[in-house]
Amino acid sequence: MDETDISFFKDGLRLDGRKADQLRPVKIEVGVLARADGSCYIEMGGNKVIAAVYGPREVHPRHLQEATRAIVRYRYNMASFSVEDRKRPGPDRRSQELSKVSREALEPVILTSFFPRSVIDVFVEVLQADAGTRTAGINAAAVALADAGIPMKSMISSCAAGKVADTIILDPMKEEDNFGQADLPIAMTPGGDITLLQMDGGLTPDEFQRAVEMAMKGARDIYEMQREALVKKYSQMVEQPGREEVHVCD
Amino acid sequence: MSVTNVISEIKKDFIYNLLLKGERIDGRTFDQYREISIQRDVIRKAEGSALVKLGSSQVLVGVKMQPGEPFQDTPNKGVIITNAELVPLASPSFEPGPPNEVGIELARLVDRGVRESKAVDLEALCIIPGKQVWIIFIDVHILDDCGNILDAASLGAIAALMSTKVPAARYGLGEDYILPLRDIPIATTAIEFNDVLMFDPGVDEEAIANTRLTIISTMNGNICGSQKSGTGMLKPEQVHRIIDIACEKAKEIREKFLEA
Repeated sequence: MDETDISFFKDGLRLDGRKADQLRPVKIEVGVLARADGSCYIEMGGNKVIAAVYGPREVHPRHLQEATRAIVRYRYNMASFSVEDRKRPGPDRRSQELSKVSREALEPVILTSFFPRSVIDVFVEVLQADAGTRTAGINAAAVALADAGIPMKSMISSCAAGKVADTIILDPMKEEDNFGQADLPIAMTPGGDITLLQMDGGLTPDEFQRAVEMAMKGARDIYEMQREALVKKYSQMVEQPGREEVHVCD
Repeated sequence: MSVTNVISEIKKDFIYNLLLKGERIDGRTFDQYREISIQRDVIRKAEGSALVKLGSSQVLVGVKMQPGEPFQDTPNKGVIITNAELVPLASPSFEPGPPNEVGIELARLVDRGVRESKAVDLEALCIIPGKQVWIIFIDVHILDDCGNILDAASLGAIAALMSTKVPAARYGLGEDYILPLRDIPIATTAIEFNDVLMFDPGVDEEAIANTRLTIISTMNGNICGSQKSGTGMLKPEQVHRIIDIACEKAKEIREKFLEA
C-alpha cells in the first residue's frame, strides 16, 4: 500500500495543485429534494453526495421507539457507479460502520427529547466518490437536518486530515488516501467539541495531534460554507415570499 | 460496547457519586485495567487461538488458515478476514442473527489493528502470484460481556495470531511453520463521563457513559488506528490525554503479556 513511486508533491504543491492545508473546492446546495423534509447536495472535490432528512415521524417497526426521545437513523449508501470498480449494491460492513459513526457524529447535537416515540431518518447517497465520502455525507446531513427544521444545539462540520510523504495534509483526495500513510476524519461542533474521530494508518502521537488540529481547522472553514448555504436559501425565501413551496431544480 | 444495557437510576447515581470522589465501583483507579489473563492454543483444531479474560469479560479468538484466491487488486498479497460473533450466551442484550452494527464495528476495529499495524506480512502469504494466497480468518467469539470486549477481542486476535501455525502440510505446500509477525498492536479504550476519563470500562460504567475512544498503538509507540464511538462529544484536550495514557497502557500490556 505504501510502496509507491507516486510523488505527492511538486514544487511544494499537491497533485491537484493544493497546498498542504488547503481544502478541495466545496459546493453546497440546500433544499434540493421536493419530497424530503430537508435535503442538501454537496460537492467536495470529486465527491458528490446528496442527503435527505425525513421526520420526526412515526417509528416502524414499532418496538424501536423510545418513550423519552426520538431515535435517529442514518443510512450511508454508495451508488454502484460511484467508484472505479462497480460496487455491489446494498449495505456492506463498511457502510454499516460508517452509518453508525456518522449517526453518532450528529446525534449529540440533535434535541431528540423534543420528539418522544418518533424517528428522525437521515439518508445519505454517495453518487460519486473521491475519498472523504463520510465527511461529505455528514456535512450534507447536518445541513439537511437544519433544513428540515430539526432543533439542534449546533451545526456539525466534518473534515479529514491525512499523511503522505511524511507530511500532514488536509482533506486527502483519492490518490493521497489510497497510497498515503494515514487518514483521520473528524466531525465537530463550531465550538470544537469532537463528535467523530477515526484514524487508520500510522501516526506518531505528535502527528496525531497536528492532524486533529488541521482537520478541525478544515471543519471550521466548512462550517462557514454550511452556514452561508443555509442563510442563502432562507434569505431568498424572505425576499420572494410565497416561493417556498416551489421546488426549483437547476 | 453494550449500548443497549440498561442499569437502574440508583446504580447510575451510585457510580456517579463515587466518581465525584475519584473512585470506581470496583475500586480501580481511572486508568487501571482489570486483571488480564491470556491462554493460548486452547482450541487444537484451530491454527491459532487465545482465550482472553479481562476481569470477568471473556473472549475467545480462533484463527483458521486456508489457501484461496487473492483479491484482484492485490494479486501478491494474502488476505485477512475478521469476523465477530456477539452470541446471545454472552449478554442479555445480544440477540441471535446476523451481526448488528455493534458487532460489525468490533470486527472492523480488531481488523484495523492487525491490518494497519502491518503485523502480518501479507506478501509473505503469497503462494502463486495472482492465483493462490493464504487466507487468514480471524474469528472473535465473545463469551461473556462484562465490559470492554473490544480491548479483549483485539488482544485475543494478536495473541491468537502469535500462536498461529501455517498449516502448509495439510495442503501439500511444504512443512508447517509459525506465522511470522512484525508488530503487536494493542487497543486501549477509555470512556468519558462528566470530564472523567475511565480506562477499561466495566459493563455498568459503559452503560452510564455515552462516549468512548479507542486508540490502537504499535510497538514503536505510534498510533495505527482510533475510533470514537457513542453519542457524546470529546474535547481535543481529552483526546490528547487519552492518547498519552493509552500508549503507555498499551506498552505495559504488551510487555507483560505478549513479549514474555
